[in-house]
Amino acid sequence: MTDIATSPATSPLVEGRTGQWEVVIGLEVHAQVSSQAKLFSGSSATFGAGPNEHVSLVDAAMPGMLPVINRFCVEQAVKTGLGLNAEINLFSVFDRKNYFYADLPQGYQISQFKQPIVGEGSITITLADGTTRDIGIERLHLEQDAGKSMHDQHPTKSYIDLNRSGVALMEIVSRPDMHSAEEAAAYVTKLRSILRFLGTCDGNMEQGSMRADCNVSVRRPGAELGTRTETKNLNSIRFIAQAINSEVARQIEVIEDGGTIHQETRLFDTSTGQTRPMRSKEDAHDYRYFPDPDLLPLELDAAWVEHLRQNLPELPDALRQRLMDQFGLSAYDAVLISEDRQTAAWYEAAAAGRDAKLVANWLAVELFGALNRMGLDLANSPVTPDQLGQLVDRISDGTISGRIAKDVFAIMLESGDDPDQVIEAKGFKQVSDTGAIEAMIDTVMAENTDKVDEYRGGKDKLFGFFVGQIMKASKGQANPGVVNDLLRQKLDG
Amino acid sequence: MSDILSMTAVAARQALDNKTISAVELTEAYIKAADDTADNNAYVLRTSDKAMEMAKASDKRLAKGEAGLLEGIPIGIKDMFCTQGVETTASSAILKGFVPPYESTVTENLWQDGAVMLGKINCDEFAMGSANETSAFGAVTNPWIASEGPLQGKALTPGGSSGGSAAAMAARSTLLAPGTDTGGSIRQPAAFCGLVGMKPTYGRCSRRGIVAFASSLDQAGPITRDVADCALMMTSMASYDSGDSTSIDAPLPDLMDAFATAKNAGIKGMRIGIPDEYTVDGMPDQIASLWETGRKWLEDAGAVCVPVSLPHTQYALPAYYIIAPAEASSNLARYDGVRYGQRVDGASLDDMYAKTRGAGFGDEVKRRILIGTYVLSAGYYDAYYIKAQKVRRLIQNDFTNVFADVDALLTPSTPSAAFALGDESKDPLSMFLNDVFTVPANLAGIPAISVPAGLSSDGLPLGLQLIAPSLREDTLIKGAAILESAAGFDHVASGAAS
Repeated sequence: MTDIATSPATSPLVEGRTGQWEVVIGLEVHAQVSSQAKLFSGSSATFGAGPNEHVSLVDAAMPGMLPVINRFCVEQAVKTGLGLNAEINLFSVFDRKNYFYADLPQGYQISQFKQPIVGEGSITITLADGTTRDIGIERLHLEQDAGKSMHDQHPTKSYIDLNRSGVALMEIVSRPDMHSAEEAAAYVTKLRSILRFLGTCDGNMEQGSMRADCNVSVRRPGAELGTRTETKNLNSIRFIAQAINSEVARQIEVIEDGGTIHQETRLFDTSTGQTRPMRSKEDAHDYRYFPDPDLLPLELDAAWVEHLRQNLPELPDALRQRLMDQFGLSAYDAVLISEDRQTAAWYEAAAAGRDAKLVANWLAVELFGALNRMGLDLANSPVTPDQLGQLVDRISDGTISGRIAKDVFAIMLESGDDPDQVIEAKGFKQVSDTGAIEAMIDTVMAENTDKVDEYRGGKDKLFGFFVGQIMKASKGQANPGVVNDLLRQKLDG
Repeated sequence: MSDILSMTAVAARQALDNKTISAVELTEAYIKAADDTADNNAYVLRTSDKAMEMAKASDKRLAKGEAGLLEGIPIGIKDMFCTQGVETTASSAILKGFVPPYESTVTENLWQDGAVMLGKINCDEFAMGSANETSAFGAVTNPWIASEGPLQGKALTPGGSSGGSAAAMAARSTLLAPGTDTGGSIRQPAAFCGLVGMKPTYGRCSRRGIVAFASSLDQAGPITRDVADCALMMTSMASYDSGDSTSIDAPLPDLMDAFATAKNAGIKGMRIGIPDEYTVDGMPDQIASLWETGRKWLEDAGAVCVPVSLPHTQYALPAYYIIAPAEASSNLARYDGVRYGQRVDGASLDDMYAKTRGAGFGDEVKRRILIGTYVLSAGYYDAYYIKAQKVRRLIQNDFTNVFADVDALLTPSTPSAAFALGDESKDPLSMFLNDVFTVPANLAGIPAISVPAGLSSDGLPLGLQLIAPSLREDTLIKGAAILESAAGFDHVASGAAS
């Protein structure tokens, strides 16, 4: 195995046995359009039904049944194109991609080949060291998904489930602008975040809503592009990174051993973390693309596209900037909170009219930490935004100290109670009443006259001892600021 | 009984309204006619019980004064139309046993208007053919026979692909017949059988539920005994259908009104183009002279006939025989034995495909799938498919140019009268030539009609074709009404039921 050691240069290089290599990566991401119905039929496109429960006559390719475009899916594709800063093609064409397979009822997939609905665009990715890079988008096109073949249900037969047959997908093709697994992972993360903000794809990779095909090649720095391989159907960001790293290592090893890379399609084996050949270029299908005569070309109204552009929701980059400007968050907190819209909305609800930075700290450190431990996500957090906000308010207004707040928070997580209820019930309220605190100070000083003398004799460090004793006497509820002020007056006075 | 069978659909509708006959009587007469003429092999499936039920329901609606446009009219359906609960095979072995759980939009329109279903009618397999000889159910015989000449005594083809429909019409075993026309499949059999056949504007009739041959060319239309019936049936068949993306959302002109206007007032001032390029080598003199006679008939009714040029006509047939097979090769991919129809088991999925399709498709269908697959292949696509699409555009432009000056075109419907069964299937290329006058209208998506205009010296029907701009079926009906009255074609096939 070749060690993968990325250098911090703009285009990170990989050290092989015989010198340095540059990695070139392009991704084709298939994103399922968020839509109630399929691309060309009225049947449900939702996940989780029993086999063949969501199949119309069109999806099963019954004789004489015709596709009719789902206008909402077109709108979703256009919104996605706008979110990727891409050119929207007002004229696009659906083509048939012809091949035989048992889970492809029509014997062709309706896709867009020469004239896709969305042209060139770009997205900005942020790497772990905080640097940003623009990754080019080559195109986005709409197409139908195929059904599912199950080969493990019967000793001699395969079973076919057509629920996915006809579900709308967006294929989003990047430029070969990425040079490491980290960049590819950042690209998919950012793309997923944009799709989720737009509401055009739920981005749930484990359910198959987003899958990636990775095109990978290696070359000597500055040399001509090397031969690429395509690793298909990766359904998690971790697998994408693993597949790229393993494929880069394999390609370098092959070339350094004097071999050549063959253009081929490969599969990623999740159990070994390696890729293996699926089919070579020689076995590649001739898809016989031609315009689908059952469908008219898709012609979009420029004013309608403009209307969609004007009404796009706020996207991750804009949100991150606004969180920094409006709430004074650090870049780190802003990236964390802007990764998905639910987190951002949660945060904004909690932070409104409060110490926004303190809310961000509590969200990022205490709540995320707790949710992680509990195996929950924000959507089913036992603490509501308002409750976290109230807790921060009680710290800000001196009702409780930051340390007590953690105890209150722990109880809130268990019980779901409001912070005020917890503070009241548990008697956590901070004592700021100067009379009560003065009485405690007098008692402590009376019980420790020797220490008082030592302090007054110049042993300043004993001040901490007195604070500790008073806090102990107050069971931690005395306001530390008030204690400090009064104690100093009495000891020094 | 013969009085009933000799009525046109318009006349029968009137008789039903006047209660001089009942829908049950009319249907019984046609069921018997179909029994009597069964030898011509026009029907592949009879639904007589269903027909009687529908006729009884029609009589009830007639009694209540709720009769529809085609109330009580018995109709045999070309097997390309999917009919709910009734086996539909496109005359192919691969769809044997397929019973659609849905109804095509066109036949649904007929039933909504009160028509009565007699059964399913033979056609070329997947409508691929011009002689109705490629059917898995065997050939259909034309009820017309040659009274003299070399064809005398021979069984003739009714044409194709709607050969069964035209034969049933000529044999009077159905009163109306919906056909489908991809390159002439309504007009050529209508011409061979002494009938009126119209291919309307592409998109006028929904393709939903019609087994697809070549999607950009396929269009349903009526085959009828006369022009008035054609106007009536077209009115019922046409509709905008949101279930067909290529359906046209434009109102159909009032065709019955167009027919009456032409009959009463003629066609004064209508400009008719006579395309130079439709004079083809080897066309029989009697067809050329019938064409000339047709021109005079139109002029006598007030039309102005002028020569026009459609310079790309000669490329229409080659373009058609690239585009139609290309689309067919893809449209027929769904017949794979996985979900419906016939399956022949194999050792692997690919083996099952090969065996199923090898056994299920006939030679002509296989030939066209091979041609279509070839012209779409990498390396050949630009030279064939793209070039054919460019030619198609040039042909469309030809029509657009001439229709700036004329209202319609007059041409022969076919380069010959009906030929003997078995003659042309030996040579696929000459069979393709049957479509030479009809194919351009399909490529351009414009409406055309064939009207019976006379008999050949052998005593066989010959037709004249009118072609009009998009959406102008009314112009066709007007011109056809004039040709029909002038021709006075009242011959009946010797094989007709009586």
